[in-house]
Amino acid sequence: MIGIKSFGAYIPRYRMNRKVIAQAIGWFSPVGGKGERSVANFDEDAITMAVAAGMDCMGNLDKTDIDALYLASSTLPYKERQNAGIVSTALGLGDAVRTADVAGALKSGTAALIAALDAVKAQSAKEALVTASDMRLGKPASPEESAFGDGSAAFLVSDKDVVASFEGSYSVSYDFVDIRRDEKDRFGKTWEPRWVRDEGYFKMIPEVISGLLKKYNLDIKDFSKVIYPCPNSRDVAAMAKKLGMDPSQIADDLQAVVGSTGSAYSLMMFVNVLQEAKPGDKILVASFGNGCDALYFQVTDKINDIKHVKGVKGYLNIKADLTNYIQYLVFRDILPVETGIRGEHVPPTQLSQTWRLRDSILSLSGSKCLKCGTVQYPVSRVCVNPACEAVDQMELYRFADKKGTVISYTSDNLAFTPNPPQSYAIVEFEGGGRHQLDLTDCDPKQLSVGMSVTMTFRRKYYDANRSIHFYYWKAVPAVEA
Amino acid sequence: MSGIKDKVAIIGMGCTKFGERFDKSADDLILDCFLEALEDSGIEKKDINAAWMGCSVDETSLGKSAIILNSTLKMPYTPVTRTENYCATGTEAFRGACYAVASGAYDIALALGVEKLKDTGFGGLPPGQMGTVRRLIGPNSTAPGEFAQMANGYFARYGIDPEEGKRILAHISVKSHHNGMLNPKAHLRKEITIEDVLKAPIIASPLGLFDCCGVSDGAACAIVTTPEIARKLRKDPIYIKAMQIAATSGEESAFNTWDGAHVESTYRAGIKAYEEAEIKNPRQEISMMEVHDCFSITELTAYEDLQISPRGRAREDVESGFYDLNGQIPCQPDGGLKCFGHPTGASGLRMIYEVYKQLQGKAGPRQIQNAKLGITHNMGGIPSYSLAAVTILGN
Repeated sequence: MIGIKSFGAYIPRYRMNRKVIAQAIGWFSPVGGKGERSVANFDEDAITMAVAAGMDCMGNLDKTDIDALYLASSTLPYKERQNAGIVSTALGLGDAVRTADVAGALKSGTAALIAALDAVKAQSAKEALVTASDMRLGKPASPEESAFGDGSAAFLVSDKDVVASFEGSYSVSYDFVDIRRDEKDRFGKTWEPRWVRDEGYFKMIPEVISGLLKKYNLDIKDFSKVIYPCPNSRDVAAMAKKLGMDPSQIADDLQAVVGSTGSAYSLMMFVNVLQEAKPGDKILVASFGNGCDALYFQVTDKINDIKHVKGVKGYLNIKADLTNYIQYLVFRDILPVETGIRGEHVPPTQLSQTWRLRDSILSLSGSKCLKCGTVQYPVSRVCVNPACEAVDQMELYRFADKKGTVISYTSDNLAFTPNPPQSYAIVEFEGGGRHQLDLTDCDPKQLSVGMSVTMTFRRKYYDANRSIHFYYWKAVPAVEA
Repeated sequence: MSGIKDKVAIIGMGCTKFGERFDKSADDLILDCFLEALEDSGIEKKDINAAWMGCSVDETSLGKSAIILNSTLKMPYTPVTRTENYCATGTEAFRGACYAVASGAYDIALALGVEKLKDTGFGGLPPGQMGTVRRLIGPNSTAPGEFAQMANGYFARYGIDPEEGKRILAHISVKSHHNGMLNPKAHLRKEITIEDVLKAPIIASPLGLFDCCGVSDGAACAIVTTPEIARKLRKDPIYIKAMQIAATSGEESAFNTWDGAHVESTYRAGIKAYEEAEIKNPRQEISMMEVHDCFSITELTAYEDLQISPRGRAREDVESGFYDLNGQIPCQPDGGLKCFGHPTGASGLRMIYEVYKQLQGKAGPRQIQNAKLGITHNMGGIPSYSLAAVTILGN
C-alpha cells in the first residue's frame, strides 16, 4: 500500500488582521476583508518554512529510508542553486538522497506529491519527503496582499504504515494565464478576477474532479471531504454546489485564519482535514494553477497513531498579532529603512568555508566523543571535556531536533535586526552540549533563565551584493500546540 | 615555573587623553604617549632595544604590522612586533616587552598600545572582531549583549531580583564616574547618580547606557628594563610582581559546567598571578585595582573572580563602599574603562599607567594613601569565550 505515512504543516507566528491592512492603505483602495492572514517573520522564506513543516512531519520518525526530497514553491529564493538541497541538509536526510525543486505553477505542490507517490510506487525511492511552501508577495493595496498567506505543508510518502493510502490521480494542464511573475517581478500580475473565476477555476476544478471520478468510477458523494482552492473565499460554497457536494463535504479553505498559500495551499488544507479524519474516510485533494491536479486518498487505521504533529491546527494556536502594517512592509523589505552602519556591514561569505562547515551550519551538527560520550557543538576534533581531550574520535551529532534550556539571555538594542531588539541566549541542550543562538519569534518580556526552547531553521543574513541567502538555526520559545 | 617577579621594572610611562579624538590620528596618539614616557624615563630614544605594539581593531590607519611604530617614532630598524589578543591586547604588548627584558635578550624595551576606534564610524565596537566562523554560527550579538547575558545569569544564579540587580550595578558606575571626574585624561568626566543609571536607555537588557564603558581613541606606553638599570635611572621604579594570562579552551561555550555568572579565565589568571607574586590573602594585601570594567557586570564578577569578594557576595562590598576611592581597596581610581575610556589596544597599558602613578604617589586629587601593591585585570573576548590578563605591580 502506497500513501502518506506522516504529514505536517507550518504557519508563521505572525498574523495580520485584514483590518490592519484596510486601516493602513484602505484610503487608496478598498482592500482588507474579513479575518486574518499569516505573515512570515523577517527571517523566514519558502525554504525555512519548508524545513519547519518537514520537522513537524518527521518528529522523531526514522529518516534512514528517505531517499528523495521534493520542494514545491513559486517563491524559491534561488533560481540557480537548488533550494531543495538546503531543505534536505537542514532536515538531516543524509547525502544519498534525490532532491528536486518543483517550481512555478501553484499546482506544483500536488505535482510534487504525485511525483513522490509515483517514485515510491515504482520502487525508485524507498520513502520520499514532499514539502510545499510559499511566501508570495502581494503588491501593497492589491487584493492579493490581503488574500495571500504564508505557510507550508509536508508529507512523508511510503509503502508501509501509511495513514492515508493513495488511490489515484487525474490532471489537466492549460496555459491559462491568470497570475504570473517573470524574472524581474517581485509582485504577481493578474487579469480580471471575473474572467479568472468563470473561465478558470469554475471550469477547471470541476473538470479535473469529474475526470477523477470518471477514471475511478466514483461519485462526489463518496468523499468525506473535497479539497479545492478558490482564490476568492466567497466562491467556495458556489463551487460545492456546482460539484454537487453536500456542504458537510467542504474543507475549510483557511482564508479566515491563514490566507491563500500558493503551492502549499491545498496541501495545508489536506493536513487540516487529516488532523480530524477517521479511518475509512475518502479524501479528494485538488489544486489549481495553470490547470489542476486531483488526488484521491483513503484514510487508514494508522491515522490514530499520529501524535507528534502540530499541523495546521496546532500552528493556528501559536500566534502573535502583527498590528502594524509598516512593520510588515519592513519585514518584506518593501519599505526601505535606515539600518545604520551595523545594518550596512555585510562582509563576503566565504563559500569554501561554509561548504567545509556545512554539517555545523545547515544541520546544526556537532560532535559526539566516542571515548567519553561528551556531545559538543560545533564539530570538533579535540574533545572539549577537560578530563578527556581525545583526538579525532568523534561522530556527527545533530542538535537541531533537541530541546534546550536557556542559561542566560539578553535583548540587544545595539545589534542590527529588522525586528528589534535582537534577543539571543546561551542554550544547554537536552542530552548535553551548549551553544549560543539568536532567538526569534519571541517576546523579549517572556525570556527567562531556565525557559525551554526548540530549534528553528531561519535566514541569518542576506548579502544582496553577492546573492547569498545565509541560513542557520535559531531558538524559539518551546510551545506545546 | 619561576615567573618574573622583581625581574623587570618600569622606568617610564605615558598615556594620552582618551576620548573621541577626532583631532588626532593613530600616529599622533602613538607619538604623544611616547614623548611623555620618554621624558618620564630619562633615557633617550636610541636606548630602546626593541618594541611591542598592541592594536586589536585593525584597518584604522595602522595596518596589520608594527612598522607604523618605527615610522612614526623614527626608530630605524628597531625590532618591533605587533600583538593582538582582543581587548587584552595592551597587556599582551607589555608582556612581550617584559619577557624580553627578563630573558636577558634586551636591556630596555618599549610596550605601546594604541587604538583609533572613532575612525571606524561605529557606536560601540565594530562587528566582525571574532572571526568569520562566529558570524556564521554565532549569534547576531554585540559586546554589550554578550556581557548582559552574564548579568541575567548572575541575577538568576544568586536569586537577585533584576531591578535590585540593576541598582547594585549602578553603584559601580556611579563610583567610576566620580573617580573619572577627578582625572583630566579621562574620556567621560561627569558625576552621575543611581537614578541616572536606572533611567538611562537600555543598550542590551539589563544593561543601560551607564553600565557600558566609553568607546574611545587613545594610546598608552611603558618603558621597561632590568631592576639594576632601573635603580640607576630613578629612585622610584615600579616592579613587576606577576604577569599571567589565562585563555579558555572553549569549555564555557561548549561544555556543561560554566554557570554563566562569572568569568572563569579571570579566576584562573588571578590564581596564577597571586602564586607568582606570593600573595596569600589578596583582600588583605592588595592596595588598589584597575579591573576590566567594559560593563558594570564585568567589574562585579571580577571582584569575585579575583577573590577579593566572596562568590555571590560582591554586592555587600559594593554597597559598603569597599571599592570606592576612599574604601579599603579602591577600584578604578582613574575612572576605569567606564570613564577613562576603552581604546581596546591601549586599555591594558592605561591600567598599568594608573597603578604606576598611584604607586609613585603621583596620582593627584585621586591619590590613594599607602598604595603598595596594585593589580590590573585586562580581559579579552566575551564571558563565554574569554581570556584574562592579570598583572601585579609593586614598589
